[in-house]
Amino acid sequence: MTRCSLVSIALVLLTTLRLAAETEVPKIVLEAEQARIAAIQKAVRTAVAVFANEGNGGGSGVVISPDGYTLTNFHVAQPAGSYMKCGMADGRLYDAVIVGIDPTGDVALIKLLGRDDFPTAVMADSDDVKIGDWCFAVGNPFLLATDFQPTVTFGIVSGTHRYQPPAGTLLEYTDCIQTDAAINPGNSGGPLFNASGDLIGINGRGSFEKRGRVNVGVGYAISINQIKNFLGCLKSGRIVDHATLGATVAMGERGSVRVSNILESSDAFRRGLRYEDEIVSFGGRGIDTPNGFKNVLGIFPKGWRVPLVFRHDGREHSTAVRLTGVHAEEELLQLLSRRPPREEEPPGGPRPRPGRPGEPRRPGDEPRPSEERRPDGQEPRPTPPIPGQRHKEVEVPPEAQKLIKPRTGFANYYFNELNRDRVWSALTSKGDFTAAAGRWKLTGELAGVGKVEVTLGDETSSGSFPQGTLKLDATQDLDQELGPSGSGLLAALHLWRAMLVSGPQKFGEVVYYGTAPYPGIESQADVLLATRNVAELHLTFDPASGQLAALEMIVDPAADACELRFSDYRDVGGRQLPHAIEVHHGDDLFGQLQWKQIELASSPEEQKP
Amino acid sequence: MSERILGRAKRWLSLLRQPSCLIAALFALCAVTLFPSGRCAAQSSLSEIVAQTQPKIVKIFGAGGLRGLEAYQSGFLISGEGHILTVLSYVLDSDVVTVYLNDGHKLPAEVLGMDPRSEIAVLKIDGQNLPHFNLAEAVALDGGTKVLAFSNMFGIALGNEPASVLHGVVAAKTDLAARRGAFETNYRGRAYILDAMTNNPGAAGGALTDRRGRIAGLLGKELRSSASNIWLNYAIPIGELEPIVDQIIAGKFRPAKREEGQKKPKDHHTLATLGIQLVPDFLPRTPPFVESIKSGSPAAKGGIRPDDLVLFVNGRVVSSCKLLADELTFIDRLDPVHLTIQRGPELVDLELHIEP
Repeated sequence: MTRCSLVSIALVLLTTLRLAAETEVPKIVLEAEQARIAAIQKAVRTAVAVFANEGNGGGSGVVISPDGYTLTNFHVAQPAGSYMKCGMADGRLYDAVIVGIDPTGDVALIKLLGRDDFPTAVMADSDDVKIGDWCFAVGNPFLLATDFQPTVTFGIVSGTHRYQPPAGTLLEYTDCIQTDAAINPGNSGGPLFNASGDLIGINGRGSFEKRGRVNVGVGYAISINQIKNFLGCLKSGRIVDHATLGATVAMGERGSVRVSNILESSDAFRRGLRYEDEIVSFGGRGIDTPNGFKNVLGIFPKGWRVPLVFRHDGREHSTAVRLTGVHAEEELLQLLSRRPPREEEPPGGPRPRPGRPGEPRRPGDEPRPSEERRPDGQEPRPTPPIPGQRHKEVEVPPEAQKLIKPRTGFANYYFNELNRDRVWSALTSKGDFTAAAGRWKLTGELAGVGKVEVTLGDETSSGSFPQGTLKLDATQDLDQELGPSGSGLLAALHLWRAMLVSGPQKFGEVVYYGTAPYPGIESQADVLLATRNVAELHLTFDPASGQLAALEMIVDPAADACELRFSDYRDVGGRQLPHAIEVHHGDDLFGQLQWKQIELASSPEEQKP
Repeated sequence: MSERILGRAKRWLSLLRQPSCLIAALFALCAVTLFPSGRCAAQSSLSEIVAQTQPKIVKIFGAGGLRGLEAYQSGFLISGEGHILTVLSYVLDSDVVTVYLNDGHKLPAEVLGMDPRSEIAVLKIDGQNLPHFNLAEAVALDGGTKVLAFSNMFGIALGNEPASVLHGVVAAKTDLAARRGAFETNYRGRAYILDAMTNNPGAAGGALTDRRGRIAGLLGKELRSSASNIWLNYAIPIGELEPIVDQIIAGKFRPAKREEGQKKPKDHHTLATLGIQLVPDFLPRTPPFVESIKSGSPAAKGGIRPDDLVLFVNGRVVSSCKLLADELTFIDRLDPVHLTIQRGPELVDLELHIEP
């Protein structure tokens, strides 16, 4: 004992001597201090204090693009409606409009106005975050930032890939980051940064339980990787939904995760997934618990195709499954217009609570929703309006008003039109198809099978395929016209021409979906959704070239789509047209079309027989 | 400033005249020279230290689930053979106590023994070469020491999900007994008061370590000052618990397990002769709470009251109504019965006699 303390005394002595001889503080400490200061300075500039309802509520946010796109929580943006004011560390107050919302994931994208050089946060790879990493939250706890100067709270990452079940009816935090950095009411929507000041998540939730609505060392941040998946969809101005596989899973024998229920109408079922099959990996991540599965499911928006590896009868299958929405569209709107159920919070603010009722909790059980509270800085919350509608009598400045277009089903239709038109003008810059409104005649072959000749028109189309000759009457329901051989190829080609010729305004209902990954496209692809007749079209555009990369025609949500993958774009009379089309139907490659000749008639009259 | 440092240096230098100090100083010199690179590694590896420590933490599931009573708590391995240190609580009042290791392995645990005074219990699971803390190597901390707290607070982690980790500082090492009566605890030793929100529901039994992952304390049960309603964040130093843990593992404090065929006295005590009526015995292990006392009985004279919880009979742990009744059958009616009772926050020792 004595010797031990003498050693430490000697250590202290020599360190002291050494320090006295050199500098007061070791260089490494100074460097670490400087690095921390720099990280915080860099991060603080990008933080936003969101003020809603004339300053009666609000939260935090973080700017992610120089033109002002800013992330916050859905539950922060919701009470504000379409327009809000946001303060930044530069001391200025900016106007902001709602862009898109993800109510289930509790994320909202807003746009700050007035600058094109906003300081922006760098999005890190949140899958690299480890438990024990230093991190810090920046925000507006207790709405203190009346001078717009954000508060910084420092901590460590307490947990990663946490699953927090839905609170009430909508919110679900999946794959989130748990931190002991203080997250308090008002921090909602604000950024969680790693030690280098890069963005790893959006704070929005905590476990509070019986200690009232203040931090008890458990805050949750939505991982920035999840938000990266949703960002393209959020920019669409839509109300973005989360996804379901159409199957549920449960813990099976020997630590395997097995399908406990599956809808026969789901894409997963059509891809071969069956009851009792073992889930090996999902979204590229190995699955060893039901929570692990739910974590992956939660990070993808409705409509994405996600890789799935499963074991059926001992054999491993790899496929990609299209995820369907958690909610029906009407259901989502209904849930949004309703006031979320109050979680049993006693009136009169924080005070010790006796706990909560319930069944004994065992591992593998669904965690209980009642223990999470949203630090939204408002008590009680006002009845939230449907996004897209203006709340109260807030005076909206004309510059902001220009960027607000209410429409049912959208957070802000303005941004949907903006992106739809952006995608379409990129396409038509390669050639205007409105002047080619006559019949299109395409001749070529189905590789290795035989000759193909197709004539596409407004009301009728016809084709001669190796499988037979077909006529299509577009005034009939298209689900009756799925030739040849049930592939739907002729109908898909018919709609492809119609879309190009009429453009999104005249084709019917055309909506910008957002972005999604697509095989062969490096970054995420732009996607338009169009409906005509009984068919829904998914049009995928390569953002690099602006070209239409693929068209999927869905006539029955419970059946496989006909998918056309376009390539070999070449000039035809001043317009770029694909000379190779891969035709897929479900898991089958129906064939590869190669056009030798494409003739576009400029007006319907010219082609009259 | 530098003068003061020099003065201090001179004082310490006088110590260096002793040879052992000189050697120590040489060691220290090496340490100082190596320090910068060593510290650099230590700083960058907090996540590594966490990763090395997590496998020693376990999630414990048992009784509870009623209002305000979580059916889970935390614990940590203290031997390669599967001894687990945790707090003594109602969670362990279950037929089946289940332990989840960090890797998701689910194992049934035996409650090896418990000490109601320090409110700790040692569980045992089957295992070999399990990662564990060595209590003999526990570090003693002073106020200001940086610490990490590992626990499954709020039951956030399930299966193979790692426990939650908080960081903080020891605010003080102080005496919980100084405030005895204000807190509902039997523990009367020293405690580390922490500046982190460590003692959340389910956190009890978790591990407090220094920033190098060395075990320092056991996160205590949720305690609140009845005066101010403030929740305490604290841990019990391992130094206070280690002797008790050793005794539990050595066989003391074990629930009475009599050998088969052990002789019983012809005339022994029973609950009825003592005048004690326990609560209805409807659980596999109903805690022996006193329901009522017959007036004028030995129990009444001895000072037992309704709602008392019987912890020990003649120094043997009785964790259920059945064990209490059994234990009495081994005591001759002529001999006194020593009972240790929990009455509210206090432990009370009583002696009962049957007067002839």
